[in-house]
Amino acid sequence: MEAIAFYIFAILITGLFLVTAFSRNILYAMSSLAAGMVLISGLFFILGADFLGAVQLVVYSGAIMALYAFGMMFFDATRDVKEKNTSSYLVFLLSGFSAVALVVIFAAPTIGKHIEPIVTAPQGLDNPHAIGAVLFTKYLIPFEVAAVMLLVAMIAGIVLASKKMDESLSEIYLDADPETEKKEQE
Amino acid sequence: MDGYIIATVIKAILILAVISALAGFGTYIERKILAFIQRRLGPMHVGPFGVLQIAADGIKLFTKEDFIPSGANKIVFMVAPIITAATAFIALAAVPLLPEFTLFGIDVKPIVSDMNIGILFVIAMMGVGLYGPLLAGMAQENKWGIIGSARTAIQFLSYEVVTGLSLLAPIMMVGSLSLIDFNTYQAGGIGHWIVWTQPVAFILFLISGFAETNRTPFDLLENEAEVISGYATEYSGMRWGMFFIGEYANMITIGFLASLIFLGGFNPLWIIPGGLAIILKVAFFFFLMLWVRSAWPHIRPDQLMWLCWKVLMPLAVINILITGLVMMA
Repeated sequence: MEAIAFYIFAILITGLFLVTAFSRNILYAMSSLAAGMVLISGLFFILGADFLGAVQLVVYSGAIMALYAFGMMFFDATRDVKEKNTSSYLVFLLSGFSAVALVVIFAAPTIGKHIEPIVTAPQGLDNPHAIGAVLFTKYLIPFEVAAVMLLVAMIAGIVLASKKMDESLSEIYLDADPETEKKEQE
Repeated sequence: MDGYIIATVIKAILILAVISALAGFGTYIERKILAFIQRRLGPMHVGPFGVLQIAADGIKLFTKEDFIPSGANKIVFMVAPIITAATAFIALAAVPLLPEFTLFGIDVKPIVSDMNIGILFVIAMMGVGLYGPLLAGMAQENKWGIIGSARTAIQFLSYEVVTGLSLLAPIMMVGSLSLIDFNTYQAGGIGHWIVWTQPVAFILFLISGFAETNRTPFDLLENEAEVISGYATEYSGMRWGMFFIGEYANMITIGFLASLIFLGGFNPLWIIPGGLAIILKVAFFFFLMLWVRSAWPHIRPDQLMWLCWKVLMPLAVINILITGLVMMA
């Protein structure tokens, strides 16, 4: 039962991400990326990691929605994008890396037999509680460091984008004097 | 194991049938209530009090020609409405709809999948549902469509934070993400409802619920006066109908979530049995959405972003802080 579900999910995810990599249409690429991310949560659900599965859904659906917003600004969604492959060194490097990654992936089951978990899952707790217990005891410092990094990124974003943040956007356009606008751009 | 699979399939089919029928009936209720509030009669001609208007609308939707604009991206254009309808029903899979009851000697749990992260799953699935309007708007070669999907993106990025943060305070109090645990937490009658201890969270959740279902103060995606029909401009027939069913199913889901999390769920209320109690609560929320639609004008996209990021999100964070302090003290 689980094996059947796993293979269905695995084939779908691989197929969708292949579409993401090879499609020239921005709409296909992003839609298959989003669908693939949603389906990855299915793998988490099969493994019994319900909480991580739901987090995968929440986080990636939001993140890819932001990607769509950029895609909408930069591309015409109904046309194919003309790709420019000027650097053959880049292609060479990337394909080399992919080959190495493939070897690692195929070797992983052999290596994986010798892996033992550093932290065993706490017994008698359900999924979200167990994750919380491990996250806030064993891995507290990495967790907090990640939180600080996100805070830094957020403050940097606010500083970069904060011009005229205390005004409503539509009021800026109403009040804006074309002359001063030009000077500011210069 | 086999019995479990058969029971799940039966439950899924029942939910699909009942909720889509309710969605069709919801259109009639909406037109009628809007009409009464605006001192009109609403649909009157087809059948007694216009009840058969649903059948007429259904026949019209099914028989209408289903065309795809020539400039559109065909596959994405065809898939987009299915996303909205499917995710709306998948979200309902984790919602306990009624209390447990016994039928022909078998205990029936009216929930398709009782997972211990119910709330997160429902919220996540309803979030994924907004990919429907987004893709629909981008796939059709239409400027109103693009504006509609741009508005979808900003609406999603605005309200999603508020939904999550407003639910965090009740989750902290109950100590579980399962909707059934929320229900048992409030088993002690009206005095134990979470709405009395978390009124701010309740109001924030309702507001973001309105944004989630594109109901009227926040119906930016398809506001006729501004962007024709937004993401749905080029759609007709059953594909448009699927967007509609998805939207109404989402309204019902939000009603169930609000009554399960804040208003005591399906616990028996005074002399009203639990099953009837939750249906009444969901009906009240459905009515509230129609009431607000008839009473309020809709707001601009930048006002929505201002509201969500500058007012509601700080309020939700302060609410979580106070809840945490009170719980520790």
